[in-house]
Amino acid sequence: MSDIRFTKDHEWVLVDGDTATIGISDYAQEQLGDVVFVELPDIGKTLEQGDEAAVVESVKAASEVYAPVSGEVIEVNEELEAAPGRVNEDATGEGWFVKLKLTDEDELDDLMDEAAYAKYIKELD
Amino acid sequence: MGESSAAATPEDLKTSDLKMTPLHGLHLELGARMVPFAGYDMPVQYPKGVLAEHVHTREAAGLFDVSHMGQARLKGPDHETVAAALEALAPGNFKGLGAGRQVYSLLLTNKGTIVDDFMVARPAAPEEEGSLLLVVNAACKEKDYAYIAARLPENVTLEPLEDLALLALQGPRAGEVLARHARQAAEMIFMDARRGSFDGIACHLTRAGYTGEDGFEISVAADKAEAVARALLAHDEVEPIGLGARDSLRLEAGLCLYGHDIDEATTPVEAALNWAIPKRRREEGGFPGAETILDQLKNGAPSKRVGILPDGKAPAREGTEIFSTTGEKLGVVTSGGFGPSVGGPIAMGYVQTAASDVSTEVVLMVRGKERPAHIAPLPFVAQRYYRGKK
Repeated sequence: MSDIRFTKDHEWVLVDGDTATIGISDYAQEQLGDVVFVELPDIGKTLEQGDEAAVVESVKAASEVYAPVSGEVIEVNEELEAAPGRVNEDATGEGWFVKLKLTDEDELDDLMDEAAYAKYIKELD
Repeated sequence: MGESSAAATPEDLKTSDLKMTPLHGLHLELGARMVPFAGYDMPVQYPKGVLAEHVHTREAAGLFDVSHMGQARLKGPDHETVAAALEALAPGNFKGLGAGRQVYSLLLTNKGTIVDDFMVARPAAPEEEGSLLLVVNAACKEKDYAYIAARLPENVTLEPLEDLALLALQGPRAGEVLARHARQAAEMIFMDARRGSFDGIACHLTRAGYTGEDGFEISVAADKAEAVARALLAHDEVEPIGLGARDSLRLEAGLCLYGHDIDEATTPVEAALNWAIPKRRREEGGFPGAETILDQLKNGAPSKRVGILPDGKAPAREGTEIFSTTGEKLGVVTSGGFGPSVGGPIAMGYVQTAASDVSTEVVLMVRGKERPAHIAPLPFVAQRYYRGKK
């Protein structure tokens, strides 16, 4: 069973212990188109839920990626600097952006599970 | 996620207020993602995506719907009269424009700034003598037509051609593909203009475009546009291309987008479009703002449009401020993004003329971070217009 959670702004978060891995959804990467650049935060930066965590750029536009939960940045996916297209190829896997040390597990309750998110994006189209 | 900066799409209209081109249904059938652009519901990309569409155009041939652009006929008793009327509004050499030739020009304000950039073709056929065919930007149509009409002599009229569509076929394979349907295409070189027949459908062809590639624009009756588009798309070489790739292609080719790189605050000299003012017009003047423009041609303008290559990988979008390495503000980016054929970020913008030399190091302020860059020659990708057999 998957514990992945989604925001209405199309970020995902997957929690393992007190580590929260975040990225953008497959729906989001498809809407963006080819990702050509990803700007990642500095390690050690503290993010509140909803803060700008990263920036993702397609040929057309730049978009902010918001932190789905609060926490301190403990790791970033440096592979994306050389291979930003990984976000398109595997948005919810190898295309992850940032790992946070989770500060408030209760924030996960605000987010959608996979089934709820699937329903949510279906209503958007 | 939230979008912080996007390419040129004025979002001031609800979808229900948008106009549609004659190819609207075909775009939907092809799976295009539609966006509002200049009052029209237009395809920004098809399922293959901006990157693949861009590359396909550079490698084979791309079909663009540019029917939103304004087509009009300027008509007078003879060529000399109609050319003189347009020369009073724009700095082109229209009197010297040969039959069957087209030229890029600029509609100017009395201050010498740019009302619009546009194409002017003199039809080849003797029965059209005394006509010039204009193609203007979609967002400027009404403004341009009012501006021109108010300044014409009594014996010259401007007739907007509302029942025409315009398709662009661009890329190294465009010529051979089009020649299968319209034999006239094979006989044309860059900036030639001819009446033709596309599988029996009357059309007006120009060997031109806005991608930096060889290619054609095909003006055809609105109700015949879909037949032409489908016939072209039936070839393996041809893919439909949206506004997203149109923008990255023209940016790599160093071409200006009106409302972004040029507008009523910029002169042709500031915009580095000096080449659009030929020798006779420089000597004679007689176009709006000639005093300012001729002075700038002689003594330089305070700022200048340049190419900018970021040293890193971060794109610098429109509005990004440009600084010297010592922190002095030099100007602003007017078009910027990722160049798929360049393989990295590219931009155009205005800087103080003193800092406009190629290789000058500058600093771009992207989301509060200093990003080193340098002034680069335009275009970023060599133009490949067909100028005849070597």
